[in-house]
Amino acid sequence: MKTMEENKDLQTPAAAEPQKPADAAAPAAKPAAADKPAAAAKPAAARPQPKPEVPGENEIKPRLVELSALHDEMKRMRDEEKMDFLELITGVDWGEEGLGCVYNLWSTETGRREYVKAVCADRDAAFIPTVSDLWTIADIYEREVFDFYGIRFLGHKDMRRVFLREDWVGYPMRKDDKPEEQNPLNMENEVLSDTTVEYNRDADGRITETEHVVFAPDDYMVNIGPQHPSTHGVLHFRVALEGERIKKMDPKLGYIHRGIEKLNESYTYPQTLALTDRMDYLGAMQSRHALCMAIEKAASIEVSDRVQVVRTIMDELQRIDSHILFFSCLCQDMGATTAFLYGFRDREKVLDIFEETCGGRLILNYNMIGGLAADIHPNFQKRVKEFIPYMRKNLKEYYDIFINNVIARNRLIGVGRLSLEQVVSGGCTGPSGRASGWHNDVRKRQPYAAYGKVDFKEIVRTEGDSYARLLCRMDEIEQSLSIIEQLIDNIPEGPFQTKTKPIIKVPAGTYYSCVEGSRGEFGVYLESKGDKSPYRLHYRSTGLPLVWIMDTACRGELIADMMAINGTLDYVVPDIDR
Amino acid sequence: MAIRTKRPKIKNIPYEEFKDNETYEKLVAELNANGVNVVVKTLDDLFDWGRSNSLWPLTFATSCCGIEFMAVCAARYDIARFGFEVTRNSPRQADVILVNGTITHKMAPVLKRLYDQMADPKYVVAIGGCAVAGGPFTKSYHVVKGVDKIIPVDVYVPGCPPRPESFLYGMMQLQRIVKAENFFGTTNRKQKDPQTLSESLESIREVVDKQQEA
Amino acid sequence: MLDLASWTSAIHTWLLGLVPEWAAILLECVVVALLIITLYAVFAIVLIYMERKVCAFFQCRIGPNRVGKWGLLQVFSDVFKMLQKEIINMRKSDMFLHDLAPFLVVTASMLTFACLPWNKGGHIIDFNVGLFFMVAVSSIGVVGILLAGLGSNSKYPMIGSMRAGAQLISYEISIGITMLTIVALSGTMQISEIVQQQADNGWNIIRGHVPAVIAFLIYLIAGNAECNRGPFDLPEGESELTAGYHTEYSGMHFGFFYLAEYLNLFIAAGIATTLFLGGWAPLHIAGLDGFNAVMDAVPGAVWFIGKTFFVIFLLMWERWTFPRLRIDHILSLEWKYLMPISLINLLLMALVVVFGLGINV
Repeated sequence: MKTMEENKDLQTPAAAEPQKPADAAAPAAKPAAADKPAAAAKPAAARPQPKPEVPGENEIKPRLVELSALHDEMKRMRDEEKMDFLELITGVDWGEEGLGCVYNLWSTETGRREYVKAVCADRDAAFIPTVSDLWTIADIYEREVFDFYGIRFLGHKDMRRVFLREDWVGYPMRKDDKPEEQNPLNMENEVLSDTTVEYNRDADGRITETEHVVFAPDDYMVNIGPQHPSTHGVLHFRVALEGERIKKMDPKLGYIHRGIEKLNESYTYPQTLALTDRMDYLGAMQSRHALCMAIEKAASIEVSDRVQVVRTIMDELQRIDSHILFFSCLCQDMGATTAFLYGFRDREKVLDIFEETCGGRLILNYNMIGGLAADIHPNFQKRVKEFIPYMRKNLKEYYDIFINNVIARNRLIGVGRLSLEQVVSGGCTGPSGRASGWHNDVRKRQPYAAYGKVDFKEIVRTEGDSYARLLCRMDEIEQSLSIIEQLIDNIPEGPFQTKTKPIIKVPAGTYYSCVEGSRGEFGVYLESKGDKSPYRLHYRSTGLPLVWIMDTACRGELIADMMAINGTLDYVVPDIDR
Repeated sequence: MAIRTKRPKIKNIPYEEFKDNETYEKLVAELNANGVNVVVKTLDDLFDWGRSNSLWPLTFATSCCGIEFMAVCAARYDIARFGFEVTRNSPRQADVILVNGTITHKMAPVLKRLYDQMADPKYVVAIGGCAVAGGPFTKSYHVVKGVDKIIPVDVYVPGCPPRPESFLYGMMQLQRIVKAENFFGTTNRKQKDPQTLSESLESIREVVDKQQEA
Repeated sequence: MLDLASWTSAIHTWLLGLVPEWAAILLECVVVALLIITLYAVFAIVLIYMERKVCAFFQCRIGPNRVGKWGLLQVFSDVFKMLQKEIINMRKSDMFLHDLAPFLVVTASMLTFACLPWNKGGHIIDFNVGLFFMVAVSSIGVVGILLAGLGSNSKYPMIGSMRAGAQLISYEISIGITMLTIVALSGTMQISEIVQQQADNGWNIIRGHVPAVIAFLIYLIAGNAECNRGPFDLPEGESELTAGYHTEYSGMHFGFFYLAEYLNLFIAAGIATTLFLGGWAPLHIAGLDGFNAVMDAVPGAVWFIGKTFFVIFLLMWERWTFPRLRIDHILSLEWKYLMPISLINLLLMALVVVFGLGINV
């Protein structure tokens, strides 16, 4: 009811009173009266132009680099400017301008961010030099771009489709592609090729093709997935075995590719929110937080402190929920069924808290642009305060039943070891990367919401094996509890929803925002042309790098270790496939 | 021979409290259109009782609903009370496939194959909006708009994701359907697979012939 | 104490009066076979129900409670379901081996089952190398499992059965040596004789004290591994190999594997009872004559089954607590720890016997 009234309030002045039209963009600074003139002044100044002058604070201005110089420039940035973390490659269809990619780079040393843009004007034969020899994660990012935009990367060793069927026609993310018409439902089993093609440009400027063999005919192949109990969803690993040891592994994705990014291009901004929860359903709050934050910052919508604090608490509760489920699933994979149920017992308590405030158990739909869907439930604080000591007590049981068990230790310690270089180059953020000694917590490096105000530790370990990844998450549960403890009694008063325009438009530009999701950095790349729906909305999936590092982590390990490794890397498949 | 209307009893829920009894009665009438063989009636009931109380699900989940399915198996909702907790990972040993989550174009042939691999009598429960009709992704280019486009569905459980209680209710509805079936004469000969050696050789020959023509 | 031997001989004499000897023996064989099959089925059903309830108990759940009172009829409905499930024949599988495998597994466990001493005089198979026979027939099961993997022409069952082969053959060594330890103590391989000695002189686990306790513990570990049960359930290791060697089996063929798994559990526990816990021998405490008389009034079969179920409970506890081991850990556990320990233990037992250090009640 309240929201509706507010909207009515909002519509009337916007239509009738030209004095404060862009109220939506200004903060609803009801408690702080002093702010009001300033807030009113801002939109007044912006009045004459159709677009406000104030740039979104998360706006990025990618630097255009010539295609011929791209590889050298990227190499220089990596080596000389210490841009060692390739955060994201986003394929974009700029229409007339051509097809291209935006590269997000982040230096783990200095914390500096760089954005590079590469455009290829020829839509029919789009070729861009690869950077997959500089960062291993570029391997999958470039294949993704190839799959959806048809851009071929020169020098990339493996230009096969990875999300869509190998016999798929067209490139669905191109603005002029009609995927439904060209690709009716095909019930034939997909034939997977064992060879791949590498494209190169020779001295004369012609494109050459080189064939590579992925699996030789005499490899002993085992298909793990798409329907397999321990791939945590529909993921397909083609594994070449030598006895029980893994020789090579080729992940096939896309069994739950739902075309969310394409759908978003036809949805209005509030509509796009609904789909974020369904990607990483164990990080529903955080993903939605990231998208809301990206839109709010881009459209200069300020949110109240209350919202920031509630969002922080919710994010942390979600993290606890996710880490408990991680523990449960790992135990299930390792055959400790009882521990699995212990985890679920405690997870239900978190879900109870969510359910009271949000109405949902798994898909929460709580964050909205400019605030929250509803205020917190009157019981919320009481319930959370009950939960904190309960969880601390039960966390000890996890150690008793599984973590300190000698069998579990033997199976996890030293298994699937990843070095610091490997995780940085492979872009494995989150606890999986921190277990190898990489300080990558977005909450610390780039505090958002209320994280700047709370005191917590970034859990970093150096072993890099499966056991370290498990312990990392267990310690993070404790840190999350402590964050919640600090905030739960200090939720400031204020509105839970800032007044926004009925139709939210983001000023033209490119924006990037990220949050620390349950399993890594979740980023939102937003490109707007000033319409009510995004021109391109791309998510930095938290799980994609984790799946891609599987091959590195599993080589030479036993097939039983694969379950331990993918259990501890902890990815969610719908988030990978989007 | 009089047509016997089956009115299965589900423990603790009276018949009237089930939703959509009209559809159910239509289904029962359809299943019993040919009447029931009096000789095997009791045996029939016995088998149906056994089958309905021992529906082992295949562990199959593509997305969010799968997590709720895990919650159903866990302590608070405890699907074991109904005897459904023996989740089988091998489709050969499962009785019912719970389609938890979105089915995409790439997954569709795999799901069909899984369904074909299951041993008769087998059932399908479509769980969640995505499996029922495509859910929030119904406009997508890569999503199957409802699993009933690929495989026959017995029970639909709406929700996004459905609450664990809906899972249980859906399973109870499936129990009612199983109890309404006549095992002898219908369920046990739903379709004929190549069973004997000569039959399977025949079918292989057909496939080979087709390939050679192509 | 109830002695079944007099009953059986009375029945035999009565039959001899009616029909010629060959017919009498044939008739007895048929009756005994029917008896074994019935017992086999009954125990399987009881065990499956028990497993589901015990597992629920460990996991803070309720377990089956809707079918019949307390879910007692749950397993019956499973059996009816299983009986009418389709049996799938796959193209390109070795049909003969594929269909033979479950029968081999069931036969092996039934033969072993027949060796158990139910009561005084209540043996079905009993002769001077009884233990030897028992170990021999129980090994047929491995062949069944290997054939299941081979005949399915599928990769997961193949890996599963290879693991099973390696695991079962390894652990049979420990089982054999622990059995030898008891044979050394008893001086006989005849099962009825081993139990009779325990009834007279006290249970082996007390008579043989330290070495017997060590042997008992090793037997519990190795016995669990022999049954392919958690934490040694690698051959069917669900998270890796879907359902292991029986992935491709459906209907009653799978049902046979399922039955055999539970019966093997009963057999492993039954052997532990026979060898260490006195078989059907009642609990006697020296000096308490009244107590001993009351204990004697309880039939031997009740004692045997009671003790067996106690051991089964221990094994289930183990199963529902520990995570699964890895194949190389399993093999190193056997070859590096259990086997050397049990060999030394055998030596220890020999010393105990030679120097007469055993405790005889």
